[in-house]
Amino acid sequence: MTSTVGPMIKTESLTRHFTVKKKTVEAVSGLDLEVRPGELVAFLGPNGAGKSTTLRMLTTLLTPTSGTAEVAGFDVRTNPRDVRARIGYIGQGNGAGHSQRGRDELISQGRAYGLGRVAARSRADELIESLGLAEVADRMVSSLSGGQRRRLDIAMGLIHTPPLLFLDEPSTGLDTQNRVNLQEHIRRLHSDHGTTMVLTTHYLDEADQLAERIVVIDHGKLIADDSPARLKSEHVGDRIVLGFDTAAAAAAAANRAGAFGGRVEVAGATVTISVPEGTQLVPKLLRGLDEAEIPVTAVEVTRPTLDDVFLVLTGRSLREGAAA
Amino acid sequence: MRDTAVVFSRELRPVLRSPFSLIFTMVQPVFFLALFAPLLPDTVGSLQWFVPGVVVMSCLFGTSVTGSNLQLEMQTGSHERMLVSPLSRPALLIGRALKEIVPMLAQTVVLILATIPFGFRLHPVGVLVGLAMLSVFCVGLGSLSYALALVSEGQEWIFWTVQQTLLFPLLLIAGILLPLDNGPGWLKALSHVNPLTYLVDAERVLFNGEVFSGTVGAGLLAAVLVGVGGLWVGIRAMRRGAA
Repeated sequence: MTSTVGPMIKTESLTRHFTVKKKTVEAVSGLDLEVRPGELVAFLGPNGAGKSTTLRMLTTLLTPTSGTAEVAGFDVRTNPRDVRARIGYIGQGNGAGHSQRGRDELISQGRAYGLGRVAARSRADELIESLGLAEVADRMVSSLSGGQRRRLDIAMGLIHTPPLLFLDEPSTGLDTQNRVNLQEHIRRLHSDHGTTMVLTTHYLDEADQLAERIVVIDHGKLIADDSPARLKSEHVGDRIVLGFDTAAAAAAAANRAGAFGGRVEVAGATVTISVPEGTQLVPKLLRGLDEAEIPVTAVEVTRPTLDDVFLVLTGRSLREGAAA
Repeated sequence: MRDTAVVFSRELRPVLRSPFSLIFTMVQPVFFLALFAPLLPDTVGSLQWFVPGVVVMSCLFGTSVTGSNLQLEMQTGSHERMLVSPLSRPALLIGRALKEIVPMLAQTVVLILATIPFGFRLHPVGVLVGLAMLSVFCVGLGSLSYALALVSEGQEWIFWTVQQTLLFPLLLIAGILLPLDNGPGWLKALSHVNPLTYLVDAERVLFNGEVFSGTVGAGLLAAVLVGVGGLWVGIRAMRRGAA
């Protein structure tokens, strides 16, 4: 019962070191995190930031160097088996053996999680149906397409209807259509079954669209933890770009705009204002400029992306990091 | 126990699902024997000597490479998926290792059936005891192969280098293909520290129908040592991999 009452995940100073060429690398250092039941959390960060290492500790694949982690009510170090029985895990690779058939693997996966023969079989049928795998379930896994294998992976992760599901880079290597498809599955699982989900990603749009809460990790440390909207408004804000006929008009407008708060910059005949709630400010701003008889020729409001957030937090762009 | 059965049946399934590879595995030693037996001096007498040797050799070939299956699963991600499951760590290894017995038994049956018309004399009790002994050895060797795969994670060439480097010398100095009676002293000395030597000698005695003898005792001891030692090493490697 502890798993439904307390937090789903609770870590305290969770740390993992690796020794590479006699040098100690802190992959994850001093991570404090709490995830409540029913949350959908994304770990966001560049490659090598420590997302996967964190996930591997939470799923008992790696032993923490120090600190503690309780997952689904059990300590990952002292009760790994109890943790394993309560979580689902969809790794970066393919869960199904390539020389196996999908249906066989689903059934053996069910048996691995303690289902009886009959129950495992019917649960496998259910998942094959709901993930649209009926046509390929009896083929060899190695002959399936990337998208089909990924759906099979999801089915494998769900075989025991876990209350907590981990997904490590779930959409890496998928084309756009399959990625959208996958996100749809994740969203549905979350809304229909209230499954707590933790996923890692370095796709900004994915984290933005999918997650209710984003944990930004960089160099093994948690550097931000909030909803996508709040992360953006708190760290970056909206950007209002106003166009004028002359530089003089722009300067006069900048003068007035200062009263509305935010950061104001003038460049030639344009004024840029960075402010948390830009869309709400624009009407007031325009009215004010109108009263002052400063004619505005163009208005543009840009909402920040998570990449802007990352840039502000770390001084680096996540896009560059992901491409490297 | 239940966990081991789950892993065992998962391992066995692809073998049963693709009868072609199974048939191929079963016929391989017969083919080998057909090519090699004519080279032996006296065909009838030497079949009795050579068949148990080929049985052990086939087991050695098949089982020592079995780690490569695990290696593939480590690369694709299905091993990781098994590690996250609540299956017990020893079961993950034992279930896999036990599966090695099945092709070995199938090969032996085919080999015996194929050689009886050419004069191989079947002694059922001896053969059964011999196969039980070989099964123990197989499990140990399979475990060692899996352990090798686990420790060479990320560097697949290590697995093959070690496996190839060890396999042939072990095979030769055990006197499986050629008798060592006329070999130099150092070769004989080496063969005395090779557990495979005792196993092959014991299998030859058993396939000749002699069950109670010191040779069989020594072979049994060698098989149990390899079996228990291999499992110990393998389970340790599997546990460490999970940490």
